[in-house]
Amino acid sequence: MEFTQLSLYDQAILLLAAIVLFTSFIMLAQPRIVPLIHAFAWQGTLLAVTTALVAYVTDHPHLYISAGMTFVLKALLIPWMLHRLAVRLNIHRDIEAVAYPSLTLMAGASLVVFSYYVAIPIVQLSTLVTRNAIAISIAVILLGMLLMISRKKAISQVIGFMSIENGLFFAAVVSTFGMPMVVELGIAFDVLVASILFGVFFFQMRASIDSLDVDRLNRLREVDE
Amino acid sequence: MTAVWLTLLIPLAGIVLMALIGHTRVAGWVNVALAAVTFTVSVWLALIVYADGPLLSPSRMLYIDAFNVYLVTLTAFVGLTTAIFSRPYMLHEVETRRIGKGRMRLYHSMYQGFMFAMLAALTTNNVGILWVAMEGATLATVLLVSLYRTPEAVEAAWKYFVLCGVGIAQALFGTVLLFFAAERVAPTRDDALLWNVLYDVSTQLEPTVLTLSFVFLLVGYGTKVGLVPLHNWLPDAHSEGPTPMSAILSGLLLNVALYALVRVKMIVDGSLHSNLAGHLMMGFGLLSFMVAGLFLHRQRDIKRMFSYSSIEHMGLMTFAFGIGGPIATFGALLHMTVHSLTKSAIFVTVGHAAQIAGTQTIEKIRGLIRTQPTVGWGLLLGTVAIAGFPPFGVFTSEFLVLIATMKSWPWLTVPLLVGLAIAFAGLFRHIHPMVYGDPPEGQAPVRANMLPVMIQLGLVLWLGIAIPVFLSKWFEQATVLISGSSPL
Repeated sequence: MEFTQLSLYDQAILLLAAIVLFTSFIMLAQPRIVPLIHAFAWQGTLLAVTTALVAYVTDHPHLYISAGMTFVLKALLIPWMLHRLAVRLNIHRDIEAVAYPSLTLMAGASLVVFSYYVAIPIVQLSTLVTRNAIAISIAVILLGMLLMISRKKAISQVIGFMSIENGLFFAAVVSTFGMPMVVELGIAFDVLVASILFGVFFFQMRASIDSLDVDRLNRLREVDE
Repeated sequence: MTAVWLTLLIPLAGIVLMALIGHTRVAGWVNVALAAVTFTVSVWLALIVYADGPLLSPSRMLYIDAFNVYLVTLTAFVGLTTAIFSRPYMLHEVETRRIGKGRMRLYHSMYQGFMFAMLAALTTNNVGILWVAMEGATLATVLLVSLYRTPEAVEAAWKYFVLCGVGIAQALFGTVLLFFAAERVAPTRDDALLWNVLYDVSTQLEPTVLTLSFVFLLVGYGTKVGLVPLHNWLPDAHSEGPTPMSAILSGLLLNVALYALVRVKMIVDGSLHSNLAGHLMMGFGLLSFMVAGLFLHRQRDIKRMFSYSSIEHMGLMTFAFGIGGPIATFGALLHMTVHSLTKSAIFVTVGHAAQIAGTQTIEKIRGLIRTQPTVGWGLLLGTVAIAGFPPFGVFTSEFLVLIATMKSWPWLTVPLLVGLAIAFAGLFRHIHPMVYGDPPEGQAPVRANMLPVMIQLGLVLWLGIAIPVFLSKWFEQATVLISGSSPL
């Protein structure tokens, strides 16, 4: 089917999904901490908007609640907490050199292609308007992992982790219009607790190794030399 | 139904209660009391299920059958014995390592939180809530791993948090895919994640999607089971956290994760009409079994060594569930029980041994049997039991698994036997000098309550000699549920 044959709302959903994917790439390439947090907040916002739009187009009112929760958690609360932590730990001006920027982005692009490949059997089964975004949600998950792998600062890894959560939520929305409400509430609770614990960890790490570089966590190894 | 709710509500109330009690000595006792009540209720629940068969709560949120009720009882039992051990042990730690009152509150509160998360994961009927509870169990324990705040402890906790977090995210994606497949065949949307509904409609689920879903679920829950190559967090978390935590992580959490995996495998099997899920589990299981056995030889930290032994045994169980016939399943269920009992007993003993020697380094722990005979003998007997010597129960279950392997995959008995021999050698080359060597000067006994250890090892011995009728009937019911036919 041609893109222009879809209704305007469907086109809007796909466009938003593409921008969500784009924010993942922005995060991948962004070496500064504060803009990284902002990019993450934008991803959360876009996700909430997309979810609300899906709720409106497909007439699934319970998705409005999911959209609201996502907006509060992923676009406001967690970015705000991370920002405050970054300021309090005095790392908000840090620049983290991305080791191989072009290689990382190329790897990201190939992950997107791979996601489309993985999604083929699911997309074939689906009749939903949002089915074309399933591959994008998988890509967001994988790009979050790539972000975690390519970074050394604990705070960037947390953002990668939360971005994986974003991808998972997006996958649930576009493939099935969201999980049952109990499960979504449970997941949101877990994410909230996890983000608080991550904050606690930053302080423990700072106190014990005097740094937030995950590279410095290298005392435990299999064989002592 | 009251019994089920009580098993969940007691630890839930415990989280709040323990956070409020500031007096460390009192808190230790209250923790034991809460665990004892939970255990009593779980026995009551087990008796109900034993008499009346599976229970489904009216809201269909909770589902109890032979498979999970025995794990509930086991979890509550090991939770109780570990709580008994934890009371004097943690008092000793407070004195020697100067842990503040606030951290002890956190410890006790999260002990109950961890019990709650595991019991919730076991009793829930909703595959989504199962995931939430598994993640909750990670969240409850992660601050306990870093309780001592040493650089090593923080590193271990960070690794545990990030690896398990990312790992289990895969399981959530698997759950989404499962929901995607189930939504089109389940009666209503909200039913589509209920385990009993999924099980009923499993033959109509789309096989390609379920295959994909199972791969993600295997990687996700497999991380928590500690399957190689996803095991890196496990030895660190076990060795750096307080010993009671190691005991329940090893004895219980790994079981619960494996339980989750077997539950989803039951659904996937119904849809696939092939043993693809089983083959995947066999591969991962055998790999973990062999690799962990080899790693046993190279360890220098006693808790690390026994955590590798846990990986090895979890690998064996995963392998046995993967084979899937009635005998293998029966063996795997029995092995879950005896491994939990033995391994938590060993960690308790190891905790005392480390306190005697003042270190966890294997080379510095010497002459336990002369300094404190009960601890020395406890460690020796525990190791004999876990290495699979008759007449202990681990031998029985490993023997059953071997028989089943010989029947369906004769060639795989060779790596299994080699793996068992490697693991045996790895354990004993380290254990022998620790137990029999010359004690260093000035090594003094510590206050140790070895009663829970003796009870647990006694139970393992009993299971090795004769499995009581009610227990074998229970295992049989669970085996019929999982594998579809009876081993007896």
